[in-house]
Amino acid sequence: MSNVQNSAASEIELQVMWNRLQSVVDEQAQALMHTAFSPIVRESGDISAGVFDVEGRMLAQAVTGTPGHINTMAESVKYFTEYFPPETMAEGDTYLTNDPWLGSGHLNDFVLVQPSFLDGKLVGMVSCTSHLVDLGGLGMGPDGSDVYDEGLMIPPIKLVDAGKMNDMLMQLIKYNSRAPFQNEGDVYALIACCDVASDRLASMMRELNITSLDRVGTYIFDTSRRITEAAIAEVPDGTYTHSMRVDGYEFEIDMVATMTIQGSTLKVDFAGSSPCSRYGINVPLNYATAYSVFGLRCLFAPEVPNNAGSLGCFEVTGPEEGCILNAPRPAPVAQRHILGQIMPDLMYGCLHQAIPDRVPAEGSSCMYDLPLRGGFEMNKGQDATQYAVEVTHNGGTGARPGKDGLSVAAFPSGVYGAQVEITESVAPLLFRRRELRTDSGGAGLYRGGLGQNIELESRENQPITWFATVDRVKYPALGRDGGLNGAPGVLRLMHSEIELNGKGKQEIPAGEVFDFRTPGGGGLGNPKERPAALVAEDVRLGLVSREAAERDYGVVLTPDSEVDAEATRNLRG
Amino acid sequence: MSERILDRLAVDIGGTFTDVALDHGGQLVTTKTLTTPARPIEGVLNGIRAVIEMAEIAPNQIGTIIHGTTLASNALIERKGAKTGFITTEGFRDILEIAYERRYDQYDLMIDKPEMLVRRDHCWTVNERIDADGKVITALDEESVRAVAEQILENGIESIAVCLLHSYLTASHERRVREILQEVCPDISVTISADVCPEIREYDRACTTIGNAYIKPLMASYLEDLSGAITAEGIESSLFIMTSGGGMTTLDTAIRAPIRLVESGPSGGAILACQVAEQCGADKVVAFDMGGTTAKLCLLENYKPHRSRQFEIARAARFIKGSGLPVRIPVIEMIEIGAGGGSIARIDSLGRIAVGPDSASSDPGPVCYGKGGGKPTVTDSDLILGYLDPDNFAEGKFRLDRDSAEAVVAEQIGAPLGFDATVAAYGISQLVDESMANAARVHAAEWGQEVAGGTLIATGGNGPLHASRIADKTDIDRIIIPCAPGVGSAIGFLSAPVSYEIIRSLYCRLSSFDASLVSRLIAEMETEARDIVRAGNNDDALNEKRVAFMRYDGQGHELEVIVPEGPITAETGEILRQNFEEMYLDMFGRLVPGVDIEIINWAFVAATMTTPPAKALIPANTNPAKPSGKTRIYSRKDEQMIEVETFNRADLSTGDRVEGPALIAESQTTTLVARSFQAVIDSAGNIVMNRIG
Repeated sequence: MSNVQNSAASEIELQVMWNRLQSVVDEQAQALMHTAFSPIVRESGDISAGVFDVEGRMLAQAVTGTPGHINTMAESVKYFTEYFPPETMAEGDTYLTNDPWLGSGHLNDFVLVQPSFLDGKLVGMVSCTSHLVDLGGLGMGPDGSDVYDEGLMIPPIKLVDAGKMNDMLMQLIKYNSRAPFQNEGDVYALIACCDVASDRLASMMRELNITSLDRVGTYIFDTSRRITEAAIAEVPDGTYTHSMRVDGYEFEIDMVATMTIQGSTLKVDFAGSSPCSRYGINVPLNYATAYSVFGLRCLFAPEVPNNAGSLGCFEVTGPEEGCILNAPRPAPVAQRHILGQIMPDLMYGCLHQAIPDRVPAEGSSCMYDLPLRGGFEMNKGQDATQYAVEVTHNGGTGARPGKDGLSVAAFPSGVYGAQVEITESVAPLLFRRRELRTDSGGAGLYRGGLGQNIELESRENQPITWFATVDRVKYPALGRDGGLNGAPGVLRLMHSEIELNGKGKQEIPAGEVFDFRTPGGGGLGNPKERPAALVAEDVRLGLVSREAAERDYGVVLTPDSEVDAEATRNLRG
Repeated sequence: MSERILDRLAVDIGGTFTDVALDHGGQLVTTKTLTTPARPIEGVLNGIRAVIEMAEIAPNQIGTIIHGTTLASNALIERKGAKTGFITTEGFRDILEIAYERRYDQYDLMIDKPEMLVRRDHCWTVNERIDADGKVITALDEESVRAVAEQILENGIESIAVCLLHSYLTASHERRVREILQEVCPDISVTISADVCPEIREYDRACTTIGNAYIKPLMASYLEDLSGAITAEGIESSLFIMTSGGGMTTLDTAIRAPIRLVESGPSGGAILACQVAEQCGADKVVAFDMGGTTAKLCLLENYKPHRSRQFEIARAARFIKGSGLPVRIPVIEMIEIGAGGGSIARIDSLGRIAVGPDSASSDPGPVCYGKGGGKPTVTDSDLILGYLDPDNFAEGKFRLDRDSAEAVVAEQIGAPLGFDATVAAYGISQLVDESMANAARVHAAEWGQEVAGGTLIATGGNGPLHASRIADKTDIDRIIIPCAPGVGSAIGFLSAPVSYEIIRSLYCRLSSFDASLVSRLIAEMETEARDIVRAGNNDDALNEKRVAFMRYDGQGHELEVIVPEGPITAETGEILRQNFEEMYLDMFGRLVPGVDIEIINWAFVAATMTTPPAKALIPANTNPAKPSGKTRIYSRKDEQMIEVETFNRADLSTGDRVEGPALIAESQTTTLVARSFQAVIDSAGNIVMNRIG
């Protein structure tokens, strides 16, 4: 057989290897999910798993629940190689950090890296990340004044030294936590997950009879970069600046991005953004980058997997003096995801200037969490159940080019919404309502997704403490191209009609009902151009009220909810 | 009247074929007839008449008919069910729309949610409320039910699903709603969630109830017609219906809870695999069934399939987990991937060969069928690589066109990559095998296991052909190809027990274990399950199992812990803790002291006893089998076509040995014995391939 055929067969093997590496990281992620303790891990897959070459370049990463690990893991492994140069790595080593600036933006995320060996030779590295339940300090709330208040911080350190467990480190991790045994279990699960990946990597290399990942790496990086660059090159060159105002904590925050597209390069900088908050809603640059790049990757060749080639096409920087999207040490960062989750909207604001027909309107974007506690402040002898739950809910997504937004759907996070029956079983709470919020989706040619109305109270007639971490209460999701804004979130006490704040610890008094309405997504395009029949269908389904149909869409309905063609024509002009 | 032993007959209606298998005093008679979609009963009767004729028996010699069907699944997939309405607790109209608030594809901004089986304007609420302890805190407002009943009539609803909050604890409100509906609108079919899925999680329970309501009228009329038609044939047998959990149930239960019938076909394949595994003493198995459009994988442990309590119907994207509606029923856990003989190969945007999930199915089918298919498929590449005999495909019913297959594979896959047809076909083959092997590994990892070192049992028209390369990619050293791998499901049905499984939610922590509550719940479950099984089989002793689904507080994955026999007492809690800790230690290597253990669900299974199959033996001395001819197949090692021997499976007998590389052909499939394997026929007629060297 000719050499041409030989190289053809080996090209097929490269394709097989790329698929296999993707499968290795999926298997790694499943192994971790299977044993993890933290509810957020199992409910939303808040983990990450990746395979790297000997230079620390990422070859493949598992598609897991939350985008916060995109980029952060890839960057993190590079830091590890600075602390532990490859020539010093030994078989059986595993390294660990939870430094928010080296890892994944807050202390709860543990990042592990393990060198992988084949017949005694270093052939690559594997890494995984998982969210641990508790690391002491003030916990996950935003009220720490700096990162040291937020819990135990561990620099890149040897967790396992040539097969020998660093018991002292494990003791520290347990001793500094309110959930010592869960932490221990999670750390062992992370190690096991790295072991699985190293093992699979070696067995793939044996089966395919290769001794180095260089060739497959080059193939993956080149292919991924080429396709991603081609997608960027389709966007008109230019510099696009966009500014968004969001609620913030003690002051309103401007999130500003300047995106420069030149040929096949795309750069983003956050100069002009507000300074850091004194509360833990600040975002380290690695994390701001992760959600920015996630938003961009949804538009630019999303079919290309995450790796050093595809991620390398996007360059994100922050101003040197720091800002809330490039929070310097030792800013508090525990709740960095509130603003982090709004990053895709910021990116789409820039891109809307370049490719207006490809980007969605703004969505509710940040999760609507209900971390609730009760029973702890009671005097002894009072009959109140002690509980602490973290219930996640969401609003609507922005209208999409050619399609309405999704009602009550997490984007960009992948966190599951809780089931009422489960929440009521684990805590003495009673939900009075959980229904779509009529008229909350921004009107438009394409309508924004709807938020939801939740009403809840204590089943034991006791006060409830709420640790608020939500945004878009003052500033709603904006519509685009004539589409109207989505409804902002509403947080109030139903009987006394007192409005609550979107951030910080607050109390829902005994006997009160908490009225918690999540935001709707923005609309896209002129609502007057939405086909009247679709508006009538929305009214029949109860998504839009008759009043809003007339007011926002200019559509008049007959008493049996059909379009009144003449009245509509007159109103729409 | 003298006792005579009656025959058992199994019928499996699939998309293309209806398979019938008759066990006539230990002799197996099988046939395949075309499915008659307009009136499936005709295909069933055709098949039954055919085996009666083949076995030369009188119709009344058949004592038991076991029936499995994809009708329920198809009605859901094709949206051919009843016009369905939904009733829930006031304030919670959008349980369906809100679901888990989740997008199933992270990077796709343009996804659609799965299409609901009920429109929002057909979702109604009634005023009532039960709390998480099962206490009524707002009594049912019967007027609100009557008002909804008017709406139901006005809207022409045919079937109604009722799912009220916490009804898995207290079902009285749901039952009363049903009574009122039966009074006001007696012609409308009603399903209440407490009957089909008494489990916590309102969205899952509502979807299960709706799925049941949606197919209930259709399945009831079909099953009643079938029962009548069988009697009209002069067969006086009891009719049993296969469920997705791998057991069979009575006609009445099937009519009442047809949602338990979805996916009953594949469960037959898994039962057969379990039998073969037990015959051959294979305790860790991947059962692999590769057909025309998909491949299904199921893990078996100690001759039992992995089981699960959740299944998805009506997926927006067929092979994407989470894109469908969850249905909580006992199922044999399987994954289905879009990799079959008809799966289409293409070059993706990254310049790589990608195979499936699109399929040319059977019409037009692969290019080589010559029925107008113009896209390269897995079967086309298998033909080019020499694995299929163009003259003897599908019992020689039609000739495969190799030239057209080569031309299309060369043009659509080879040319863009600079390969000839053979290398391109090799690429297609490699990548489809890779995706099946990857799916197997990742699926096992999801269960905390690995497939390496186990046994692969391959069935389906394409399974035996692809098995050895999947084994190579997953470090599996033994492959078994059972007899008649093409009608595996029907044969599996023959050995299914009559069984019924009930799962109910009762949340408790071991620290506050309430023996009387648990005891009452289990007693209720026992009575219900036993009654259903006794209805199908009054005599035999029953196999019974009680299970608690336990985990550490805060953990996501539950372990199925056996509840000790005898009455439930305070001590039971302590035994459960010991059993849980033993199992946990075994699986994860360390306990988590200081963390409470919680029980989420309880299960009770009653099943009739089944006899284990006789052990299959491999003779100490094996003999080289006699080849029937020679052919040329592609060799990865030589990177060219090489000559190999071919064998007819029908000619092989116990102790015959075939060295790889070779092909063993039979009427519905071909087995590839790879170079790294040696095949032997065991005493049960299985082809057993062991890795050599």
